[in-house]
Amino acid sequence: MSAISLEEVTVRLGGREVVCGVTADVEEGEWVALIGPNGAGKTSLLRAVAGLLPCSGTVSLHGTRLEELGRRERAQRLALVPQEPRTPPWLTVSEYVLLGRTPYLRPLAREGEPDREAAARSLARLDLDELAERTLGTLSGGERQRVVVARALAQEASIVLLDEPTASLDIGHQQQALDLLDVLRDTEGLTLVAAMHDLTLAAQYADRVLLLDAGRLVADGAPADVLTEEALARHYGARVRVVALDDGFAVLPARGAPAA
Amino acid sequence: MEAAVAPARAVRVRGVTPRWALAAVAFLVLALLVGIVAGPVHIGVGDALRSVLAKLGVPGIDSPLSPTQESILWDLRVPRVMLAALVGGMLAIAGATYQGVFHNPLADPYLLGVAAGAGLGATLAIAYLPDALSGHQLLPVAAFVGGAAAVVIAYGIGRAAGRERDSATLVLAGVTVASFFTALQTFVQQRNTDTLQEVTAWILGSLPNTGWTDVRTLAPYVLVATTVIIGLRRVVDVLSLGDLEAESLGVHVRRVRLALVVAATVGTAAAVAVSGLIAFVGIIVPHAVRLVVGTSYRGLLPLSFVVGAGFLVLCDVIARTALSPAEVPIGVVTALFGAPAFALVLRTRGARA
Repeated sequence: MSAISLEEVTVRLGGREVVCGVTADVEEGEWVALIGPNGAGKTSLLRAVAGLLPCSGTVSLHGTRLEELGRRERAQRLALVPQEPRTPPWLTVSEYVLLGRTPYLRPLAREGEPDREAAARSLARLDLDELAERTLGTLSGGERQRVVVARALAQEASIVLLDEPTASLDIGHQQQALDLLDVLRDTEGLTLVAAMHDLTLAAQYADRVLLLDAGRLVADGAPADVLTEEALARHYGARVRVVALDDGFAVLPARGAPAA
Repeated sequence: MEAAVAPARAVRVRGVTPRWALAAVAFLVLALLVGIVAGPVHIGVGDALRSVLAKLGVPGIDSPLSPTQESILWDLRVPRVMLAALVGGMLAIAGATYQGVFHNPLADPYLLGVAAGAGLGATLAIAYLPDALSGHQLLPVAAFVGGAAAVVIAYGIGRAAGRERDSATLVLAGVTVASFFTALQTFVQQRNTDTLQEVTAWILGSLPNTGWTDVRTLAPYVLVATTVIIGLRRVVDVLSLGDLEAESLGVHVRRVRLALVVAATVGTAAAVAVSGLIAFVGIIVPHAVRLVVGTSYRGLLPLSFVVGAGFLVLCDVIARTALSPAEVPIGVVTALFGAPAFALVLRTRGARA
């Protein structure tokens, strides 16, 4: 059974269709990269899958339709890491990660021992033990990114959606963050769907790439099949060279005459 | 299975640490003591304390006070101090709640129009209700109704207008309703210049010498409001992550926000109804607590209540003793003494924030 299955998912925002009839499946344990030019509908699609935007069509998680799941039940199955997570500077790393346990707690409840254990596991998993008592305001960008992933992990959801997880990181921290996600996918059995801007990184890390353009799913397949010079020229309006490497390929911008 | 798991006790929420809880309670107790001994008739701290203990039924202790002193203590000062504590605590915790719910450090309990609505209600009561109909006892009712009505309207507009940017829309609706109600209030006031001074005095805030009546009226509102807010204090931390993330964590954002706003608003409207519009407490106390203690909303909310209570008791002492026998409006005192105090906190602790 697919971890996520989408059938004719359409999202309307302000009277405009920003996602139009997307049908796709994501298998358990898969890493799927969601790519497309700015405004293609990547964020809207992720939010619809997370149940945060109303949509028509059906979204199912492990065969259960989204609307049949309660809010907390849904959050126990699926975590979302937004593009610019709000990290209140006064919270400590522990407190922030512990907020990931919210789906398991009724509004008036307090965290119990299992919640603290889950948060401790997640902190250990991401090597954040040293930072546990630090406040978020004192962390670097890379550390903050790890803390946000730790919160998603403490949520113990098997599906994690990430909206441009590496947008604000330098190249080294981008690789560290993606390596980490890749390791977590194996050890924790996660299914990952990540909106990604960097096509080379998408090709290196994802099993499969979904290309969105103007809200439509225009390509779905292995990175090598989707990321072609011709497809990127058509959908991104970009001049690129796809260069073969020993262990894959890179997508490089090319200087030249503007595409006609 | 994981081989090595960090001990769960490494993961802790600061909440209210014993140290800060003790400090805040000590501050409140000290303020209450100052509050009951300060006044034109001298009552010593020791005597006042023994009278309190006697009243509490501690065996072997009799009150050393004369009947007149007893009466001054128990019918005037204690209820006044209790009222100041309830109002101050309520405004501070409501302010902290609004700041968390609206992700806005500048939010105060008057954000959604409580003050403007209560001001209109009070002005109407002062201007049009004949004293013969015991108009002045209806003033708190009118203020409460006006304040609550303004927030209900603001909430209605905000909800109808925005689905996407919910909390920002609500704040805008609150500002809109507040300016409309303020305009109405000014208009009514201009038409009735004979009551101008009374209205101004009410708007600047003052605690009445009504004995236990107002304490009894206000206490249940404050109790219910603070119970709801403190019960939901973990959720306020979740809301501070933003509506989208709180929703993705399975929180029904609109529902808990409504519960928190209703609690904070009802408590604030009740406080405003008895005390008028006391500025500054609701915005400055939570910030001062955060700067000094540095805590999540979980600790901030209860601490704000205790510190706000003590702060307003002290401000009230200044208000009634500075120009005795005349009273300075307490709203003037809160800003006059609160602003420099906060500036000091900001200077010395601001670097940590």
